[in-house]
Amino acid sequence: MSAPSTPSTSKEKATRDSFGEAIRDLGKEFSKIVVLDADLSVSTKSILFAKEFPERFFQMGIAESNMIGTAAGLSFTGLIPFCCSFGAFVAGRYETIRVSVGYSKANVKIIGTHSGLGIGDDGYTQMGLEDINVLRGIPGMILINPSDDATTRAAVRFAVTHEGPVYLRLTRQKLPSLHQITDFQCGRGIILKEGKDLALIGTGSTVIECLKASQTLSKLNPWVIDIHTIKPIDRALIKTLARNCKHIITAEDHNVVGGLGTAVSEVLAEEGWAGKLVRLGVQDTYGESGAPDELYEKYGFSANKITQKVMSLVG
Amino acid sequence: MLDSKLPQRLSPEKLKEISRQCRIDILEMLEKAGSGHPGGSLSAIDIIMTLFFHEMKSNPSEPMWEDRDRFILSKGHGVPALYSVLAEREIIPKAELLTLRKINSRIQGHPDRVLLPVVEASTGSLGQGISIAQGIALGLKLQKKDSKVFCLMGDGETQEGQVWETALSAPKYKLNNLVVFIDNNNGQIDGHVEDVMDLRPLADKWRAFRWAVQEIDGHDFSQIIGALETARKETERPTLIVAKTVKGKGISFMENSIAWHGVSPNKEQLDRALLDLNGGFKS
Ligand SMILES: Cc1ncc(C[n+]2csc(CCOP(=O)(O)OP(=O)(O)O)c2C)c(N)n1
Repeated sequence: MSAPSTPSTSKEKATRDSFGEAIRDLGKEFSKIVVLDADLSVSTKSILFAKEFPERFFQMGIAESNMIGTAAGLSFTGLIPFCCSFGAFVAGRYETIRVSVGYSKANVKIIGTHSGLGIGDDGYTQMGLEDINVLRGIPGMILINPSDDATTRAAVRFAVTHEGPVYLRLTRQKLPSLHQITDFQCGRGIILKEGKDLALIGTGSTVIECLKASQTLSKLNPWVIDIHTIKPIDRALIKTLARNCKHIITAEDHNVVGGLGTAVSEVLAEEGWAGKLVRLGVQDTYGESGAPDELYEKYGFSANKITQKVMSLVG
Repeated sequence: MLDSKLPQRLSPEKLKEISRQCRIDILEMLEKAGSGHPGGSLSAIDIIMTLFFHEMKSNPSEPMWEDRDRFILSKGHGVPALYSVLAEREIIPKAELLTLRKINSRIQGHPDRVLLPVVEASTGSLGQGISIAQGIALGLKLQKKDSKVFCLMGDGETQEGQVWETALSAPKYKLNNLVVFIDNNNGQIDGHVEDVMDLRPLADKWRAFRWAVQEIDGHDFSQIIGALETARKETERPTLIVAKTVKGKGISFMENSIAWHGVSPNKEQLDRALLDLNGGFKS
């Protein structure tokens, strides 16, 4: 693994945009893809598919449960439905997902955009802050929270070809380009930087925060890891980190309860790791309105806060 | 004003004057915030205003006074309209409006009843406010309180299944103390309501669910007042008022424009909008 250069911010893109373009492009290749949206196609970017394939796009109105149930039915006829809304609203239809999608092993792909505090001003009701927590408990559900354009495109292709339910968690805000499309493999974390003693693990929008923190902390030579697939979690990689590190920091734009930090802690505990884990993220509280960078700072998982935390641990 | 707690019963002329000020507040706070929802705030403002300045018992010196009437904004994204009315009614300080959507503010992007109890319900996930309004109406009735509950939904919002569950249950519990408005501006995010998911015949649907249904012009103060008077006479049925409105009402370049659903005006657009209002907004 080569040391990364300064992360390039020249090619910034919101992962919802990457999704919209990817699903439109894949629509040509896979005639069985159908897309549903609940009056947010402009925001989820499913509109790009709708324009290209109007007969394979279903506008369901503001009715997320009905959209998800309908997607399950569509999948039973052999189609590959993607249903799209904000993560807060789709995950809010938990029980429909639990039975009509999860239990039914329906081949439904759920797109949840506007994840986390990163959406900013709109405030808590629009922020997907517990979506991973809620959906992680559904057996067979794959959860992917990509950190950039390339891995999002790869994840969308994976979702199309994988038989079974997938949840893709996407951002409203732009994120810099970090990976090549071939870096993505479902269930396998990406090592951005090999280090020693200390690991910074991010997911989605916090990977870049970890990477920035690692530059300030270069003397400590931290590992930097992108865990894009929260479920199934990359056990082997976490075991490697456990063998090499005394301190592991996870950072996520999500409630620390039931998110990345929880998933990592489960593996570490089961492996009998004796180090110290710190879970940064929303500390079991609600979000609020504000600018994304202000919120990342206030809720303690900006690059700056990650750096401070590490310094207080080992400094 | 005699007793500030009693319904203010302001005349249509006076209401019109205050509504102009509310529109100014809405646009100024949205410009300052740099994001938010002007279209649906401007379509709803005349109804919300009439409730607070004509119909409801409310007490600015003790906002959570237990005998107050309640207003639930089910379409939470229209909250700039509610904040402007709360400020004009002197229930919240007007200066606070300019903290809309800023970090550490009570003036959240969508109503937050924990930070700001006077908004009554935390909404912003569409379809939930009407159930909460029903619960309050039921609770008040059970405890023999004569306060009323008013609720306002978007028309797009009524595509949510939960809305129709309340449509079914409120008549069962004879909630004549519940008055629900639908802000029928025919716009939502992805387009016009009839294209996204047609609701027609909207009023007939609610009639079939056994509500007392009225259809009015939601920008005509005399009609809003008249509808509220009729609602007061209901002895058993909950009231549903389909109010025909115009998204972006009062601002020439915002009227009936889907594009102004969820973007705030910049300084130049604000100035143009204020010209419209100062030039004598005609309802
Ligand atoms: C459950 C849920 N789904 C989606 C949204 C996103 N959303 C916010 S406003 C809106 C359109 C609302 O249309 P309408 O109710 O007609 O309101 P108005 O046109 O009066 O602003 C949507 C889909 C939401 N807030 N809640």
